[in-house]
Amino acid sequence: MVCVLVLAAAAGAVAVFLVLRLWIVLHSQDVTPRRSLSLLVVAGSGGHTTEILRLLGSLSSAYSPRHYVIADTDEMSANKINSFELDRADGDPSNMSTTYYIHRIPRSREVRQSWLSTVLTTLHATWLSFPLILRVKPDLVLCNGPGTCVPICVSALLLGILGIKKVIIVYVESICRVETLSLSGKILFHLSDYFIVQWPTLKEKYPKSVYLGRIV
Amino acid sequence: CKCLLLASVTMPDRSARKEAPATLPQIIKSLGYNRLILQIGRGMVVPEPFSTESFTLDVYRYKDSLKEDLQKADLVISHAGAGSCLETLEKGKPIVVVINEKLMNNHQLELAKQLHKEGTLPGLLQSMDLSTLKCYPPGQPEKFSAFLDKVVGLQK
Repeated sequence: MVCVLVLAAAAGAVAVFLVLRLWIVLHSQDVTPRRSLSLLVVAGSGGHTTEILRLLGSLSSAYSPRHYVIADTDEMSANKINSFELDRADGDPSNMSTTYYIHRIPRSREVRQSWLSTVLTTLHATWLSFPLILRVKPDLVLCNGPGTCVPICVSALLLGILGIKKVIIVYVESICRVETLSLSGKILFHLSDYFIVQWPTLKEKYPKSVYLGRIV
Repeated sequence: CKCLLLASVTMPDRSARKEAPATLPQIIKSLGYNRLILQIGRGMVVPEPFSTESFTLDVYRYKDSLKEDLQKADLVISHAGAGSCLETLEKGKPIVVVINEKLMNNHQLELAKQLHKEGTLPGLLQSMDLSTLKCYPPGQPEKFSAFLDKVVGLQK
């Protein structure tokens, strides 16, 4: 009986500690001046990849090295990323920004997959994402809404909670989302450092979001 | 040469639609087009490509980039995915979208409604007058890079 109480108290203390750490991580926004930063980009399939590559096209070569994370069943995104990086290298005279890597993780959810099994596949993807994030330790994670980004962002948050590294999480909601947030958006709205929307209706509904107009 | 591009619109495989591929070129020809490009993705119905004096049918599953075919097209019929809509509209081509309602929260409908409201997507097919369509202004990713450079403390 005493054992159970002690265990329960210990579990409670750990939970409180983790929640406190999460709160601290989410509210720390120190802007250390720097010349470059490593970037981890989550490329979902189809339009998600198209949109994220448009955003990346506008970033300077200071965002290097670039680590791309795609779902293991997604072949088209790998091709699009390779073409993008090749074009970028061609157009860059200094050729210093050619370092990029493509990593694969299991897809969190297939189109029309049941929600119950989605919880399990997402947990599985998170279990495999954390070692990747731990190895890469990016300065910044950039994503735009595919289910694949939830395990990655959760893993990045965990790095901060465990005191290993504070990773800046930037979420750009897809241009498809005019009036309502995606499920990934609803989850990550409270967990990201910067949450960017592309339509004024969403800015009105979520005043804490960042609205820069249409950026893709 | 007037060209129609059908992109990412896979034909349902129900038996009632099996005759559709055979009559499609006739229908397209009667609308004044003499070239039809079918990008069929994972579709299981695969029409046989052919080329005659008066009509050409091209069929393929995927290409690395649809830029070339978009350039040739006078009209595009596509699903209402963001990538397809943006790429087509930025080329200044008119697009008719078929909403895929099976996706999360029916999100293709949201974007299609907004683009129609802004005058870049036509309304019902019967009352379609392409000359009244407004040009689609491109997005501004440079605003994103300026914002990001500032918040991460990137020194110039």
